[in-house]
Amino acid sequence: MNAEADHAELVEELLAGKHRALARTITKIENRAPGYRNLVSELHKHTGDAEVVGITGSPGAGKSTLVDKMANFYRERGETVGVIAVDPSSPFTGGAVLGDRIRMASNVGDMEVFFRSMSARGSLGGLSTATTDAVKALDAFGKDKIIIETVGAGQNEIDIVKSADTVAVLVPPGSGDDVQMLKAGILEIGDVFVVNKADLKGADRTVQELREMVHMQQDNTANLATGHHGADALADGDEDAEESEKSGEDEEPESWDPAIVETVAKDGEGVEELIDTLEDHYEYLQSSGLLEDKARMRYAEEIRNLLRDDVGTLLEGEIERRGGMDELVSGIIDRETDPYSVADEVMDPIEDCVDELGDRDE
Amino acid sequence: MSADSEQQSIRCLVAKVGLDGHDRGAHVIARAFRDAGFEVIYSGLHNAPDEIVQAAVQEDVNVLGISILSGAHNTLVPKVIDGLKEYDAFEDTLVLVGGVVPDDDKEELKEMGVAEVFGPGTPMEETIEFVRENAPKR
Repeated sequence: MNAEADHAELVEELLAGKHRALARTITKIENRAPGYRNLVSELHKHTGDAEVVGITGSPGAGKSTLVDKMANFYRERGETVGVIAVDPSSPFTGGAVLGDRIRMASNVGDMEVFFRSMSARGSLGGLSTATTDAVKALDAFGKDKIIIETVGAGQNEIDIVKSADTVAVLVPPGSGDDVQMLKAGILEIGDVFVVNKADLKGADRTVQELREMVHMQQDNTANLATGHHGADALADGDEDAEESEKSGEDEEPESWDPAIVETVAKDGEGVEELIDTLEDHYEYLQSSGLLEDKARMRYAEEIRNLLRDDVGTLLEGEIERRGGMDELVSGIIDRETDPYSVADEVMDPIEDCVDELGDRDE
Repeated sequence: MSADSEQQSIRCLVAKVGLDGHDRGAHVIARAFRDAGFEVIYSGLHNAPDEIVQAAVQEDVNVLGISILSGAHNTLVPKVIDGLKEYDAFEDTLVLVGGVVPDDDKEELKEMGVAEVFGPGTPMEETIEFVRENAPKR
């Protein structure tokens, strides 16, 4: 097959470090081009070495600018970086304007930073369905650090936890009062909270409110020293984290208290501290065994998703054989049948097949 | 086996090169391409040819639209094209130029490998149609 030969060559070139091959691989993944699954399968055995960081936060919070500064920092240490930045697509035309690249001013002309813009292509969780596979391509290519930047997120775009090892949530100053901090969703997924634009008025208060939120979470689990977080709340937080790590070693399993970091991304302020914190978290994941747990969960979820797609496709065929969706719906409109019965009927032959196979195995 | 429906999308890089601060046209084009269902990557202002090449290669765009209103097209466009060739990206990228380009230069640019030059007043539909018809498949 022609496509297969093409893919073998593509994988070979990608592993050899050819940028064009990496770019084309990601395109194939995005387009779900024929055979893209084999391509990703081929890549899988070469993955697992990269550290994947997710950056999320509201539109205009400074995600892209921060990502640029982080990439620059990694590069100065001699590490290679892959970035995937997702922007929303139009629900009407499917078109998109992908503008995150504009902020990548610090890494201009440096091909060791591979920056790829991605449209969400209708996906609602803040990422595109292709993001996880694209991360694999960057990992196989040999990137040391991979940063995923989500769509400008509201309160509930939390898919990033499924793709990244460490999640940083950007909370700009003035993001609402303490009641906002009580809400479920995005504020629950942060391993690190970044108060970006920390030079703006109201930053202290946002830090304070986040700190309170984190402490409320802690109080439910462990009774850590509280009540002495004043002006130097940040340094305080770090001590707390260390304390909990030390005391956790012998008895309870160690835990991670979400850290809070202040940055001014446009000037690069606080970026070093952020990166140190991200690395602390990664080390914690490794030492606690959570990194593997997370990977296991992620792969299980991936298998389920793939199967759901496949079964869906299989059923589409069965629906066609039964006269098509329109026909089935007409029966429901005429009150001759109902959606549940139709679903059961469509599923029947597949269930029969599976049962038959099961009998044979026994 | 898997019958995932293929979702081809036309990806365009709209690029402003060199010392040229006039980006209204680029913005209008970016918006029109978006509404036509393309995925548009906008480069921002004042890019060096290298940056454009880097972006075009990494983003694997089908179409590279260079907007130049400074008159420096004869210097800048060849640099971009050479860069694309260096990364084996020239063959399957449709290179377009938009802006104020004298007729003589137009021919020269086309010889270099620019597929079309769109001057002021070109109807948007014409540009979009041209992209739809000529964008290389992925």
